[in-house]
Amino acid sequence: MADPTVDAASEAVDDGSDEPDIPAIDLPSDAFGAVLDALDDRDPNEPIRFEGFAVARADTAAAGEYCLDPTGADPRTGLSERDLHEALADRAAAVTDWYVFERAVGEFGPRRAFLRWIEDADGETVAARYAALAEGIERAWGELKITATVTDRGERRYDVRHAADAGVPVGDLDAYEDPLDARDIVSLDAKGRYRPLKTAPSLAGGWVFPDLGPRDAYEAIETVYPATVVNWYREREGELDVSHWRETMARQSGIYGVVKTWDRGEGHEHVNWVAEACCDDSQCLKRREWQYDEGTDLDVDGGDGLFPCREPCSVVVSAARKWTRLESERPRTYEFELTPSEKEQVEDIIDAVADGRINEIREADTKEGANRYRARFLRAKLFDDEGNFGGVPTDPDGEE
Amino acid sequence: MQSLVIVAHGSHLNPGSSAPTYDHADTIRATGAFDEVKTGFWKEEPHFREVLRTVEGDEVYVVPLFVSEGYFTEQVIPRELRLDGWDVSEWDSDGLSADQATLVAEDIGRAVHYCGPVGTHRAMTDVIVRRAESVTGDPDVGEEFGLAVVGHGTERNENSAKAIEYHADRIRDRDRFDEVRALYMDEDPEVDDLPEFFESDDVVLVPLFIADGYHTQEDIPEDVGLCEDHRQGYDVPTEVDGTRIWYAGAVGTEPLMADVILERAADAGADLGTALDDVRETTRVATGD
Repeated sequence: MADPTVDAASEAVDDGSDEPDIPAIDLPSDAFGAVLDALDDRDPNEPIRFEGFAVARADTAAAGEYCLDPTGADPRTGLSERDLHEALADRAAAVTDWYVFERAVGEFGPRRAFLRWIEDADGETVAARYAALAEGIERAWGELKITATVTDRGERRYDVRHAADAGVPVGDLDAYEDPLDARDIVSLDAKGRYRPLKTAPSLAGGWVFPDLGPRDAYEAIETVYPATVVNWYREREGELDVSHWRETMARQSGIYGVVKTWDRGEGHEHVNWVAEACCDDSQCLKRREWQYDEGTDLDVDGGDGLFPCREPCSVVVSAARKWTRLESERPRTYEFELTPSEKEQVEDIIDAVADGRINEIREADTKEGANRYRARFLRAKLFDDEGNFGGVPTDPDGEE
Repeated sequence: MQSLVIVAHGSHLNPGSSAPTYDHADTIRATGAFDEVKTGFWKEEPHFREVLRTVEGDEVYVVPLFVSEGYFTEQVIPRELRLDGWDVSEWDSDGLSADQATLVAEDIGRAVHYCGPVGTHRAMTDVIVRRAESVTGDPDVGEEFGLAVVGHGTERNENSAKAIEYHADRIRDRDRFDEVRALYMDEDPEVDDLPEFFESDDVVLVPLFIADGYHTQEDIPEDVGLCEDHRQGYDVPTEVDGTRIWYAGAVGTEPLMADVILERAADAGADLGTALDDVRETTRVATGD
């Protein structure tokens, strides 16, 4: 993008060319005040750099004299505060962009990087971004849809909602202002069931944060998906600390200490099963980066999520504790007689439970093996009075 | 920049488990004493392992929302927060006197003040009394009332009983209630026999638990005989064997708990301004006037 577009950023441009349609921005007094404060905090001649230009305090001159483009080919010196205001007002888009990221967003690395990523602030020019923000820049984060816009004062505003509610008028959704209200939104799924894993793809819709500032937008997203932005940031910086299965299980203690005994030096197939059961994209939106150990990758896919999973989570550790006990049992041979359709029906039932499809199977759809009437028929036919499948006791010798 | 991190157990099964943690965090946030107030959990998110990386401040106070010193406060939390060089001797505690240890959290490369649990702080005594006021609706409750402070007992951790006895003794010394007893779920004197231990017609039963859940909503009400089956519910008070039992539910849900969290941070050096007074005022029991 050529420099002249920056100067034109304060006026709406629509000449039918390919130039972006940049909104008119009024330089707010808080942004101008922040520039003056920042200049005061700097040594004379040490410039503040905006996109396309810089300003500095004059070297030896009386206080209050400023210089535009001090090191450029055509510096303008001897500017009064009023002159400076005029010059910055002509470049209000670049100045408000500086103000948003240097002051409103603040220094905290993850928040700053995330909000810059939303509008590709490290790749696109101010002019291109302001034009895009005027239309609304949309980003996905898990099941969230984030729409960033800019006001005529250059402030960023964010609409955060479930992606499934894209395009729904705000008035048709439950609207919230306080990002911490997201704690209630994420607690239960659409069927009212508790969500112990916040990154499970079961976020309920029907709500919206229609008008968040930058800090609140970050807070809302980190509340819906805790620590996902901070880990995404560490990964971008090349500093993601992955803790693999073996080291994670080795540090467990108390009732979870037993899980380390599941690793018996007989390969990592059991961990493949855990990852397939719990970490698939259908179960969790994080992209699994942990493996069996540093040198042994798991054989199942880690998923396509935007944000990484850096170690087995507490849900996986708890489930692994159960599997450690169950998998310590020795297999036995049981003899049942099933018709071919009954064998397939058992498989259908397991599939339906594992894929969370039970509620989709229609009441009278007896073609489905996991249909309730079909399952009740199978139970009536094959279970004895003690509930033993095929009438075969679990412990035929009465052993434990 | 001063940050508070409240760490609590949380639950994979009970959606209400984190509610007291969030409520107290909100109360403290409203005082403005900290630039940020974060929450981290063992069973929810952000996990202990990742909560510190969400923290922006350079003065970080970590307060465990746990009732006693023991496995969680001494092993699990320091390990998961990656407190470099942690050893339980840092607290130099007799099981009740843990105050704070300042250690570098490897996760963020900054020092954090790791505080003792809320349950053993002397201010917790006031919360138990306040809980009795709340459940009876009487800010002056005490005369002609007994108070039972109930805990797990020593099954897994001897410090659990120490905390119960500590607070029961302190309340007894105030001569406010006619009788004060420490009772337990898994050892003598057992809460199941509560009426046998009190002469008073009215007894407030305050369980020293952080959140309402299985123990406070199912176990204790059934064991004490407030109901046959917790799903039927029970009245407050309910008469059992001639004693009217005012069952308070988990003490950790009492709004004044926010005060104990602040006290822990203050003991570790946090600058709180008027926050302590503010919280004591805003969480008071209405007199009904």
